[in-house]
Amino acid sequence: MSESSLFATFKSYIEQEQSVTLATVVRGPDGLLGAKALIPANGPLLGPLLDTPWRDKLIRDAQLLMREHSSATRRYEDDSIEVFFDVNRPPSRLIIVGAVHIADALIHFARPLGYKTYLVDPRTAFATPERFPHVDAMVHAWGDEALPQIGLNSETAVVVITHDPKLDDPALKVALPSPAFYVGALGSPKTHAQRVERLLGEGLAPEHLNRLHAPIGLDIGGRTPAEIALSIIAEIVAVHNDVQLGERLPVSG
Amino acid sequence: MKDVLEHIENWQAEGRQIAVATVTQTWGSSPRGPGSKMVVNDKGEMFGSVSGGCVEGAVVQEALQVLSSGRPKLLHFGVADEMAWEVGLACGGTIEVFVERLDW
Repeated sequence: MSESSLFATFKSYIEQEQSVTLATVVRGPDGLLGAKALIPANGPLLGPLLDTPWRDKLIRDAQLLMREHSSATRRYEDDSIEVFFDVNRPPSRLIIVGAVHIADALIHFARPLGYKTYLVDPRTAFATPERFPHVDAMVHAWGDEALPQIGLNSETAVVVITHDPKLDDPALKVALPSPAFYVGALGSPKTHAQRVERLLGEGLAPEHLNRLHAPIGLDIGGRTPAEIALSIIAEIVAVHNDVQLGERLPVSG
Repeated sequence: MKDVLEHIENWQAEGRQIAVATVTQTWGSSPRGPGSKMVVNDKGEMFGSVSGGCVEGAVVQEALQVLSSGRPKLLHFGVADEMAWEVGLACGGTIEVFVERLDW
């Protein structure tokens, strides 16, 4: 098997944590059984199924299923051919900036929901393996350095909870313009208003600030770190599932 | 796919022939959804799962045949006992599993 085989390419997309769909004929004429097409979210299409008369429909179905995050079969040519679409998407990530109490509970909630968890804090006295034995990865760096290093894709949620503008702001300046599907920051409405003013003054675009979830989390009356973490993770799940959570007041530039 | 990649790599390094079995469709209750995979090598070793453990043995036998014939096959497993489904046993329901040689 050469390194340029369809399987090798498929495998490299999965290893690089990129969305990719493998379409395979599972029902149909003998000559076509097992024939494939590789349809990545970003990258060139490959494989013999792209030479069929129904390629456009096949590609459209693959893209729809990737959006729904579901693997399924579809039929072509008067139902004489059945194709299985094996949809592979990267694991969701939760990046927490701030090794505070809320982070501990957030990691606990996020892992069974399928999130790979990252804890970012340059303060090595706070971010210790003893305090956070359950986190998948710990990064001792400032947010503006750590976030690009971890990588911000459309399956990434970023939660900024240090309560210290010195630590929060650099992370927000990187996270807000990125493809991350969720960016939230802890703080009262007053703290948030000051933050907005500060970040606008530093040149962050109003449309980027508008997508910041602040005050963070669903309003469930949370007071303890665990309750606040629950409200944050619930909001992340809702946003990931495309649930409308009510309008936020826009930020004017 | 990710869960079986490591086994595929190890077996490829050993020069083994490999079959991949993938759940393509399910009806009723089934513990493993579409896309679930198991891999089988030409020694009959297996990894992964396509059900709650009820059809894996049969899939290994079919996979060995597919390895020797080179022809992919779509397998259909249903419940023998309707009652099994009604009482919600993990192995109720019906699944289809596509088995192919990893030669692409």
